[in-house]
Amino acid sequence: MSTLTAWLTDPNPSSRRQAKLGQMWLAWLRIRRNRLAMAGLVIVALLLIAAAFAPWLAPHDPYMQDLSRRLLPPGTPGNLLGTDDFGRDILSRILYGSRITLYIVALVAVTAPVLGLLVGTVAGYFGGWVDAVLMRITDIFLAFPRLILALALVAVLGPGVENAVLAIALTAWPPYARVARAETLTVRNSDYIAAVRLQGASAPRIIAGHVVPMCLPSVIIRVTLDMAGVILIAAGLGFLGLGVQPPLPEWGLMISSGRQYLFEHWWVSTMPGLAIFIVSLGFNLLGDGLRDVLDPRSSGK
Amino acid sequence: MTDAKPLLQVENLRVTFETETGPVKAVRGVSFSLGRERLGIVGESGSGKTMTGRAVLRLIRPPGRVEADSMIFDGQDLMAASDREMRALRGQRIGMVMQDPKYSLNPVMNVGDQLTEGLRQRDRIGRVEARAKAIAALEAVHIRDPERVMDAFPHELSGGMGQRVMIAMMLIPEPDLLIADEPTSALDVTVQAEVLSILDNLVRDRGMGLIFISHDLRLVSRFCDRVLVMYKGQVVEEIAAGDLLAAKHPYTQGLLNCLPRIGGARGPLPGLDRSGDWAKDATA
Amino acid sequence: MSLIEVENLTVTFRVKGRAVQAVQDVSLSVDLRESYGLVGESGSGKSTILRAICGMAPVTAGTIRIDGETLPTPRGRAFSRQVQMVFQDPYASLHPRHTIDRTLSEPLAIHGLPGSDAKVVKALEDVGLPTSFRFRYPHQLSGGQRQRVAIARALMLEPSILLLDEPTSALDASVQAEVLNLLNRLREERGLTFLMVSHDLAVIDHMCDRVLVMQNGRAVEELSRDALASAQMTTDYARSLFDASADRMLAPARGA
Repeated sequence: MSTLTAWLTDPNPSSRRQAKLGQMWLAWLRIRRNRLAMAGLVIVALLLIAAAFAPWLAPHDPYMQDLSRRLLPPGTPGNLLGTDDFGRDILSRILYGSRITLYIVALVAVTAPVLGLLVGTVAGYFGGWVDAVLMRITDIFLAFPRLILALALVAVLGPGVENAVLAIALTAWPPYARVARAETLTVRNSDYIAAVRLQGASAPRIIAGHVVPMCLPSVIIRVTLDMAGVILIAAGLGFLGLGVQPPLPEWGLMISSGRQYLFEHWWVSTMPGLAIFIVSLGFNLLGDGLRDVLDPRSSGK
Repeated sequence: MTDAKPLLQVENLRVTFETETGPVKAVRGVSFSLGRERLGIVGESGSGKTMTGRAVLRLIRPPGRVEADSMIFDGQDLMAASDREMRALRGQRIGMVMQDPKYSLNPVMNVGDQLTEGLRQRDRIGRVEARAKAIAALEAVHIRDPERVMDAFPHELSGGMGQRVMIAMMLIPEPDLLIADEPTSALDVTVQAEVLSILDNLVRDRGMGLIFISHDLRLVSRFCDRVLVMYKGQVVEEIAAGDLLAAKHPYTQGLLNCLPRIGGARGPLPGLDRSGDWAKDATA
Repeated sequence: MSLIEVENLTVTFRVKGRAVQAVQDVSLSVDLRESYGLVGESGSGKSTILRAICGMAPVTAGTIRIDGETLPTPRGRAFSRQVQMVFQDPYASLHPRHTIDRTLSEPLAIHGLPGSDAKVVKALEDVGLPTSFRFRYPHQLSGGQRQRVAIARALMLEPSILLLDEPTSALDASVQAEVLNLLNRLREERGLTFLMVSHDLAVIDHMCDRVLVMQNGRAVEELSRDALASAQMTTDYARSLFDASADRMLAPARGA
């Protein structure tokens, strides 16, 4: 293991790959020093493990109903977190539900920032009317209330996870465009951009190779911090019945269906609520920690 | 006019920064004493000269660590002083002038407010009297229309003017010691001379001690009485300014010789020969 | 034979609705293989002239000719094979996320030139950097080392003209000496033409054959190196600049 460390921390790397991995290793060391960030990382890791190994970790089938065992409280033998109004084990449903949460989060994380980055860097780099047009489009999408858009999409396309994701992604990309544009405006006037322009580089090469790498840290931090919001919105959509449909164990849906039992059988809504809270917290902590590591201003010269 | 008791006495000052790749020793065992005279600290980047100045004012925060066998200012132990005591010292008895007024003056307050802030809060002086003192201070640094400057914001001032405001600000409370960290490096050449002569007169008239930190050996030699030459956190030579040409240490000689001169020879400039033991010891 | 000809150049910036003339009616010419200096204080417009040559400043009057031909706007690929620039701040002129290898091979990639592997290694050797630095990032190099990389980058396309914007003002004195020596050596070896900007008269005197003194966007006086060294300037401003610089010199006769 120490030869690997030595290879990573070699002050004179002998390939681009070694250099890149070495920098990532140093970034990892910096994150490691931040306890809260590590806590966030652990939580996110647990989410991934739960999603990956749900079939093995879940003690029961999340869809199997047993009406003789409805609404049992947490701590009942065999049902660690209790059962819901159809007698289904809540723990198992939460574990399977993590897959849906992860699916939504991953889809949004892959689409919205990419679109936002593209729009923002192009707008920031070219300026002038390109900037004006792209930013007005961004403003229009920013002004859309998410739920109204989700309702519209559901009305047109029908309910479902993908349509919920589409609604979220379409309204989530404008902030990334703004962040990317702000960074691009700063970067645009640097000497290294002037140098590569002087070498005869084309605009696509400059944007993709020189501007985007400088915007990435801000966007990555933003994505991580936004994940909590995305989860909550997906839960909200599920709560309203606009996204995921029953009997899928999506956490927001679980909260919604447990609403009527809130006073006497609080665990039906509260357990999935706690799951959402913990995962959101995890993403927030991780995002804060990443900001300390990735923020170019604090990474020292 | 030498005081028997020095104004500032520093013994074995060490400044260390903890980074994830290990401790970085910015200052390694610097000792000097300062009376009411002008001491220049000269070095290149990484020599530790700025850190030394900041350490005296205890302005270094974690992950930086300041240690010293002793650091005594006019009989008061700076290492043992509490935060409150240091706050009372800073600005009042020890002032600091930094390099670029763009960054050291508050951009959202006008000059008048910045000059009178300390007086009004710390010394509880009334508004009218504080303003009068501020205007007097601006006149002392040769600002011709102090009334206009009082109402101006820092970004509206030129570099030289901003630096003079900075000096005025630091001199209002009439400190005993002034630490100037590259005070003229960001200024144009013709303005530098003017600002330096203002500083020169003020220091002389008020009998202050001055620590002048710079990378410019020739400038410091012209302006100071004694010079400390630093390299990688240590003092390699301490010499009277007038004796600079007869400097013994190879680093000092190298620094003197490597600069181009108007009318000098056209051949390659002598570089710094870093093969001596003094350069090798620096990683300890 | 004039390689660079600037005639009545005026550069006007629009700042908050007002027009600011950074350069007013400046003319100069640089001969083949000459080293020409532009000296002045902040706001003199000296760096703006370099940027105007590169097509990075709004020229509102005058012409710039390289090798007798007026420069096209935009400058185009051929221009980058003729003229390159070394910037002032070594901390800002290299892309922080690119390895040195990428920074040096990019100009070749842009122009489709082969053999980048060998050329990058040779470029590092030419500027006196160990080839083991090839895959380092800029933050792993010192200021002087970064400036050497910047010089190596400027020479990758084998230009005949090098524009130097205060190349050593951000460097320590000892490092400055090394970089200036390097520049002189490269100029000798490759027969380069230099147009160099500095605020430091001593550096200009050491590096340049002729110098143009500028103030507030205007050309004040042109001096040959001999005139500068023997203080034969005719304008007051040039003299005040000289006095302020010479004043800081430890004159050999002083104090010894």
